[in-house]
Amino acid sequence: MIYETRRSQALLEKTLMRGNEAVGEGAIRAGCRYFFGYPITPQNELFEYMARRLPEVGGTFLQSESELAGINMLFGAAAGGGRCMTSSSGPGFTLMGEGLTTLAAAQLPAVVACVTRSGPGLGRIASAQSDYRLATRGGGHGDYQCLVLGPNSAQELYELTYKAFELADMYRNPAIILSDAILGQMMEPVDLERLPWNEAPQREWAVRGKGDNPRKVIKAAPHTDDELIEWNRCLKEKYDRCREREQRYELLWTDDASVALVAFGSTSRIALDALTRARGEGIPVGMLRPISLWPFPEVAFQEVLSRTKRFLVVEANNGQMVEDVRLAICGEAEVIHYGVGGGHILSPDEIYGEIVRVYQMK
Amino acid sequence: MGHSHPMKRIFEKPASMTDIPFPYCPGCSHGTIHRLVAEVMDELGITRRAVGITSAGCTVRNWRQFDCDMVMALHGRGPAVATGLKRVRPEAIVFTCQGDGDLAAIGTGEIVHAASRCECITVIYVNNGVFGATGGQQAPTTLIGQKTTSYPGGRDPSFSGYPLRMAEMLSLVSPRSYIARTSVHDVKHIIATKKAIREAFQIQIDGRGFGLVEVLATCPTQWKLDPVRSMERIVQEVIPYYPLGTFSSPQKEG
Repeated sequence: MIYETRRSQALLEKTLMRGNEAVGEGAIRAGCRYFFGYPITPQNELFEYMARRLPEVGGTFLQSESELAGINMLFGAAAGGGRCMTSSSGPGFTLMGEGLTTLAAAQLPAVVACVTRSGPGLGRIASAQSDYRLATRGGGHGDYQCLVLGPNSAQELYELTYKAFELADMYRNPAIILSDAILGQMMEPVDLERLPWNEAPQREWAVRGKGDNPRKVIKAAPHTDDELIEWNRCLKEKYDRCREREQRYELLWTDDASVALVAFGSTSRIALDALTRARGEGIPVGMLRPISLWPFPEVAFQEVLSRTKRFLVVEANNGQMVEDVRLAICGEAEVIHYGVGGGHILSPDEIYGEIVRVYQMK
Repeated sequence: MGHSHPMKRIFEKPASMTDIPFPYCPGCSHGTIHRLVAEVMDELGITRRAVGITSAGCTVRNWRQFDCDMVMALHGRGPAVATGLKRVRPEAIVFTCQGDGDLAAIGTGEIVHAASRCECITVIYVNNGVFGATGGQQAPTTLIGQKTTSYPGGRDPSFSGYPLRMAEMLSLVSPRSYIARTSVHDVKHIIATKKAIREAFQIQIDGRGFGLVEVLATCPTQWKLDPVRSMERIVQEVIPYYPLGTFSSPQKEG
């Protein structure tokens, strides 16, 4: 439904953008003025967009010598109070794990966009959703989480990137935009004026030289066991608060659905066609689309569990989000996974076939 | 008798140091080097706008020693963290303190590229030729034949490589950098080290480029030598492989 509304809006008021560029413009609109990154396909348009746009708004773009250096430059920029981001894909995103955990440990806000390609290993540049687990489990060592948002259109890439900066600051924690090669390369009209120009908030905790004040220390490690206990307690409290307040999702035709399709990002766009066709043929199927991938929108499942007995999880991987669906449902309904781990993009016909099969299952 | 005149104070702790005692082993050079950095910060009047960056290893706790804003960086990533910080806060005086495991092993990429970009930062590189904090393993800087817990038979270059001379390597990277190697084994060299550290900060203050001082340091605990023998080893074995001097110095403006 939401798509119908968008189509009817005057296209003239919109800007035709690639998904990767929409992320960049969302960041700039949010007040991001520092970008550190390393080339990797399929995120290069975002990297190059920032290279072009940041100097126009008085910002700084710096190409790092590696993703390791890039995420650590981000750490330094965040410590200094800059609104900053980086982006990468699979192999580079893996390298950023050490920085993500340290940003979380030091409670520094920063945004990382992962434009997923297929793995494992060097993989291929073809689209996949196989970095879901890496992103939603934090990406690095230790007890921490990143806030993860999974947009499914250029408009959402724009708006949720903007939102990611707000969330990162609100919780003083890294936030991840989990995109993929399809979303990144796809061109769609974006209504830029839906968001106001924003700027980085004042951050009293940032280091810039102590001046006449007591010195500040951005700590990535506690000094004593007691400090460590308190440190992890604070983080847990913060993540509990996120779970309570930041679950985002979209429900489509779930009011009378006996089967609910669960999909995020680009797969939810493909699934929509299959869903529309199935509905047209009288199959009571709906869709639950997680938008926040961490925290996972467990409340949405509770909402539909009373009437939905089967959940068909469709994702472009060998079964990653399905684990979260099973945890959310806790054995109260059947969960079926349908997906492929990269190299093949599921077609609406294939998903339609699976919907019919699952609906007819004894 | 009594004290009819107040005693003249002839020696005191630099204002840029906190009151927290050094955590270092007896005979370790780190304390001397930290003190020199603090003295230079006092003399240049930069403490209020300084931001120090710690690294992993024996320098990990030096955020407690300097009385200025501090950031803890991951192992080897100090120069990248310093880069991000300096780009956001160009008015700050940003320095890293890194050991040889940090700078010459895991952080080789970050230091080379920070130097090549001529980041306006100051790097204090403490080279004691061994991984100190983790228990005396071989560092990239460990001398040939030197025994470590990684290679108890001593470093054999045909098997585990040659010691890295970082100051010489980095001096090739950019003409707009000040790169020197000094030692703190006696008073004369301590004074020379202070002068070099001062120059490495001054080049940043003037916005002229990248400054790095490699300071040869002792590690009596992991060298299995007493402090005096450790100082003697610096002269007899370490300096012959790691010659002291200025390897790169930018043309002064004006």
